Amino acid sequence: MIHSLFLINASGDIFLEKHWKSVVSRSVCDYFFEAQERASEPENVPPVIPTPHHYLISVLRHRIYFVAVIQSEVPPLFVIEFLHRVVDTFQDYFGVCTEAAIKDNVVVVYELLEEMLDNGFPLATESNILKELIKPPTILRTMVNTITGSTNVGEQLPTGQLSVVPWRRTGVKYTNNEAYFDVVEEIDAIIDKSGSTITAEIQGVIDACVKLTGMPDLTLSFMNPRLLDDVSFHPCVRFKRWEAERILSFIPPDGNFRLLSYHVSSQNLVAIPVYVKHNITFREGSSQGRFDLTLGPKQTMGKAVESVLVSSQLPRGVLNVNLNPSQGTYTFDPVTKLLSWDVGKINPQKLPSLKGSMSLQAGASKQTRTPPSTSSLRSNKWPSQV
Amino acid sequence: MEAGFFSRSEAVGVVKIALTSAENLQLTLRTELSQEEQALTQNTCGPKDDQKPGNEDLKEMLESNKESLKLEAMKRIVGLIAKGKNASELFPAVVKNVASKNIELKKLVYVYLVRYAEEQQDLALLSISTFQRALKDPNQFIRASALRVLSSIRVPIIVPIMMLAIKEAASDLSPYVRKTSAHAIQKLYSLDPDQKEQLIEVIEKLLKDKSTLVAGSVVMAFEEVCPDRIDLIHKNYRKLCNLLVDVEEWGQVVIISMLTRYARTQFTSPWKDGILDENSEKAFYESDSERNQTETKTYIMDPDHRLLLRNTKPLLQSRNTAVLQNIAQCQSEKYMFSIGMFEPFMKSFYVRSTDPTHIKTLKLEILTNLANEANISTILREFQTYVKSQDKSFAAATIQAIGRCATNISEVADTCLNGLVLLLSNRDETVVAESVVVIKKLLQTQPSQHSEIIKHMAKLFDNITVPMARASILWLMGEYCEKVPKIAPDVLRKMAKSFTAEEDIVKLQIVNLAAKLYLTNSKQTKLLTQYILNLGKYDQNYDIRDRTRFIRQLIVPSEKSSALNKYARRILLASKPAPVLESAFKLGTLSHSLNVKATGYQELSDWPTVAPDTSVRNVEVIEPESSSGSETDSEDSDSDEDMKPAPIKTNNIKTKSKVQVKPKKEVSLLDLDDFSQTTTNIIKQPVVSKSLLSDLEGLSLSNMSSSMQVTTSSFSPVKTYDLLHHMSGKGLAAKYHFPRQPCLYQPCMVAVQLILTNCSDHTLEEIHIGDRTPASLNIHCFNTIERLEPGASVTVSMGIDFSDSTQAANFQLCTKTDQFNVAIQPAVGELLMPSTMTEEDFCKEQSKLLGMNETSATITIPTTNFSAINKDILSVANVGVVSSNQNETHRFAGKTVSSGALVLVSLSLQQSPTALLTINTEKSVMASVLLRALTQALTKA
Repeated sequence: MIHSLFLINASGDIFLEKHWKSVVSRSVCDYFFEAQERASEPENVPPVIPTPHHYLISVLRHRIYFVAVIQSEVPPLFVIEFLHRVVDTFQDYFGVCTEAAIKDNVVVVYELLEEMLDNGFPLATESNILKELIKPPTILRTMVNTITGSTNVGEQLPTGQLSVVPWRRTGVKYTNNEAYFDVVEEIDAIIDKSGSTITAEIQGVIDACVKLTGMPDLTLSFMNPRLLDDVSFHPCVRFKRWEAERILSFIPPDGNFRLLSYHVSSQNLVAIPVYVKHNITFREGSSQGRFDLTLGPKQTMGKAVESVLVSSQLPRGVLNVNLNPSQGTYTFDPVTKLLSWDVGKINPQKLPSLKGSMSLQAGASKQTRTPPSTSSLRSNKWPSQV
Repeated sequence: MEAGFFSRSEAVGVVKIALTSAENLQLTLRTELSQEEQALTQNTCGPKDDQKPGNEDLKEMLESNKESLKLEAMKRIVGLIAKGKNASELFPAVVKNVASKNIELKKLVYVYLVRYAEEQQDLALLSISTFQRALKDPNQFIRASALRVLSSIRVPIIVPIMMLAIKEAASDLSPYVRKTSAHAIQKLYSLDPDQKEQLIEVIEKLLKDKSTLVAGSVVMAFEEVCPDRIDLIHKNYRKLCNLLVDVEEWGQVVIISMLTRYARTQFTSPWKDGILDENSEKAFYESDSERNQTETKTYIMDPDHRLLLRNTKPLLQSRNTAVLQNIAQCQSEKYMFSIGMFEPFMKSFYVRSTDPTHIKTLKLEILTNLANEANISTILREFQTYVKSQDKSFAAATIQAIGRCATNISEVADTCLNGLVLLLSNRDETVVAESVVVIKKLLQTQPSQHSEIIKHMAKLFDNITVPMARASILWLMGEYCEKVPKIAPDVLRKMAKSFTAEEDIVKLQIVNLAAKLYLTNSKQTKLLTQYILNLGKYDQNYDIRDRTRFIRQLIVPSEKSSALNKYARRILLASKPAPVLESAFKLGTLSHSLNVKATGYQELSDWPTVAPDTSVRNVEVIEPESSSGSETDSEDSDSDEDMKPAPIKTNNIKTKSKVQVKPKKEVSLLDLDDFSQTTTNIIKQPVVSKSLLSDLEGLSLSNMSSSMQVTTSSFSPVKTYDLLHHMSGKGLAAKYHFPRQPCLYQPCMVAVQLILTNCSDHTLEEIHIGDRTPASLNIHCFNTIERLEPGASVTVSMGIDFSDSTQAANFQLCTKTDQFNVAIQPAVGELLMPSTMTEEDFCKEQSKLLGMNETSATITIPTTNFSAINKDILSVANVGVVSSNQNETHRFAGKTVSSGALVLVSLSLQQSPTALLTINTEKSVMASVLLRALTQALTKA
């Protein structure tokens, strides 16, 4: 299935390659670079690129392209899903998944990749199994290993591989037994020019960090499970129980994992916590434009809206901006034309605003297109829907 | 030496202790170390830059006696490999370490070997004996990794050794090793395809494996080596279906894909004559029973096919998108995916500004396909925003989408066209160009009066510089030159002037336009055409020269002109069909996403018209193997039992003949007959034919173990509740009661009988059920009653899925003119079904439901008469009496209708007036409500 994997950084260098079958020359990546050049944005590189003898399937995570080379028919999603799993594993092991982290831990990366795929087919992707095979590098362990000569590599078959609960390793012990659950919800909304919501939906996940001794069997019930649409579970969740009683019952993996991701559909009313009022004008013929943006909280149910970040993609013609934020700080990147404004907390009494002028390119006076009202917001501590 | 070791291990111990105690100081330690680390990494990085001496250095390190040095060297070599640098010259030095005791060193040597063995075949052979020894290691992990490496060394000489190793590993005790052997099969096959026959034997053997670990890998091997040997699957089909839920996610993808292909060859098409929906079994019945009256032969889904569909359904909750997609493909074999299904989710396909371009275009495609008369205005409004997008290619794609909408929905064609024409005056060139191209296509499909638009375009022509757009306008002029007789020659005149400066694609269209005008209006354009043809004759591009020559011969009459000349008009002015695009590849495959057939693409065959013999899948029931998979089996804990597919599925398959319907079903059928007699003639009850029995065969009776059959109750209280009073119902009165029969429509529904009476003085028409809240409420409605005469009454039955809660089911009862909101509030006891079990079973089940699942109360009862108590309890709850020879304890058993959870009621008499009432069930809420109801009933009497 998957022949080879190339890791390519933002500047287009192949900094790691791994082959599971015969070696594929790295010149195959030239096709990828070609496609990359054609794409205007880094995200716009097509996920599947056909070349005369191979197919390249890539994902972009943390500004690194993970390019898998395949030779014959395979569902592209299979490969994409696997690549994401690889990235998740790296993140799990090294804390961050950056070029530097991968280069520093190149041996562990290689050992991991070797275990995750055999002949191009996924072998062990469960984090608990991998961690028994290859212990995550910590400073302390590195030091112990250099002195004692012991290794990071397990000698026994991970217990999970053979058990019916492959995701959990046996013999886990903690002095403090604790389990944490994070409910993270993101609202995706499209708001039209006049400010009315066209569609809004919630994508939610429950991330868990479970540190419990032995083989715990947990149940988690919801106040209103009907809200959750399109749930997808970690394999540990017993589906039957959920179907019958809407209760999550599971033996958790050890450590961090994503228990559940769900979707609250647009059919339900989704409250958007913040509104944005904007007034952006480009005067015909002049090289000046006005920019005015005001933020306000909406339907907050008494909760404070925190760490708000507004980013707006300004048109190509904008050379620079001279703005005055009533609170927070703003940055403008003249190359990507991305304006981002770190607002912080919204105070309902005094609405934050960002006003000022833009200097436009002389020839760009033609550009009187509607100013982009693309704003992405983020607020933490938002009341969860569940 | 020994002393040295001793002191070292002592030192190790000391260091370890020191470190654990120093954990609190970790912070300070860390900073120190990171400096050290930096120095270290710098050291290791240093020599790599100057390659040659570095490699010499590595060789020395590998040949040293110190393990740590060797390890360090190997780590650096792996670093080189990762960077794509050549490290093959170190092969002899590295291969010596293959037998190292240090497991990490060994692993890294393996990595190196697999990478370079192909280049250094002779040297690689040195390592083979080590692997052969490791294949016999008692540690299963060592055996497996040895096989992995051995099979990954692509050296043709060792093929026989590999073959032997695979065969041995295929019968290994450890499922993990067997899994590895399945992987090795593919490797060997790609190395030497001649081994196919022998490998198929191994695959056949591994397919029989019962371990979930092996299943995914062996199916992968099957797909790679012998995808056409469908016959190997027959015997394992059911096992694979049942194992599916427990297989790891990657295996699931492969297995589902293979089974889908299998289903295509073995079963007949489920939607040959109309859509059948499995979800509402009722629709399934009705359509079938109706059809039975007209045609004799109907489609009955093969139970095995149903098994596959059933078992893939739970996987829809998988986190792995690849699994989801494959199920979608698999299930689409069952349901005809109609566009309408996706309509409610239209808004999910609205484009977000943050989507990458390819997602945007895909969403556009979906929106275009979803567009219909009802929603087109919403979609077009959305499209208007998209056209203004900064992403030019996306804006262009939107315009195309508008064009397609206009073609599909004739009502909006004019609106779309006008909108597109407005876009022609857009400032952006690409937008204009795209609009022109789309308008061209639109006009092409709608050859009506559009001369205005063409005129408008002709005016714009001077301002448009994009060659494609210019070419399109010219083509339009030519195609509809008869509609714009005055403008077309003028455009041609202009083009003749600028011919040499145009792009090739425009030139070709100029030649075309000239030719068409020559044919329709030769008086005005004869000279112009000749001029253009002459220009074309000396053009630099051979395509244009070629076209010019061809056109000249075709249209200009001369003495030696060919027979084609006569047909020139018909050739050039033939009506052209608009192009249609459709992809025919299997959903979600690589070929599908590229729309090009990729190597190794397995086509889905057409459904067979006659299903092949189904008995090939029958398997003799063999006692579970004790030898193989013992390691897995021993770990099977109780807690995981409920994650497995319900055992009933095997029962399902075994009911081969149509007569073998569970007796319980027959009872319910008879009941149905009974009550249909009580209804008045006005209603048309669906005729229950014998064939219904055959349809019941596939019906799953949810998980019921054989010891506990649900029975119809012996006691049915005639407690009728008012649903709608005739005063508030404008003459329509409705009462309901629970007949305590298993619901015929769906096993999870509670049967309810409605008695509708017309108390008014006029005929009521079209009595039916309208909206219900919550919308998800699952009701099986009765058939619409066409007429109800004054004074007449009718009994109808319906099924309601209360989901085991006493929440009221709200719905509307509608007549032709009015709607009444009504609610059915189920008593808790009606949510149960009686089940018969022996006293022994009862006690066994009760002992499983202790602790939190037990609710009890001490009550005072006026009587100890057995039959009186029985009656009291049965009047409240629909449970079955468990026959017992103990006088002081009465036992009753039931199941919840919706989820089938056991509800056990026991009443043990203590000193004369008091008794202990105990309810054991998982449903703790239900238990407390039921307890209260029972207490009330018992104490009252």
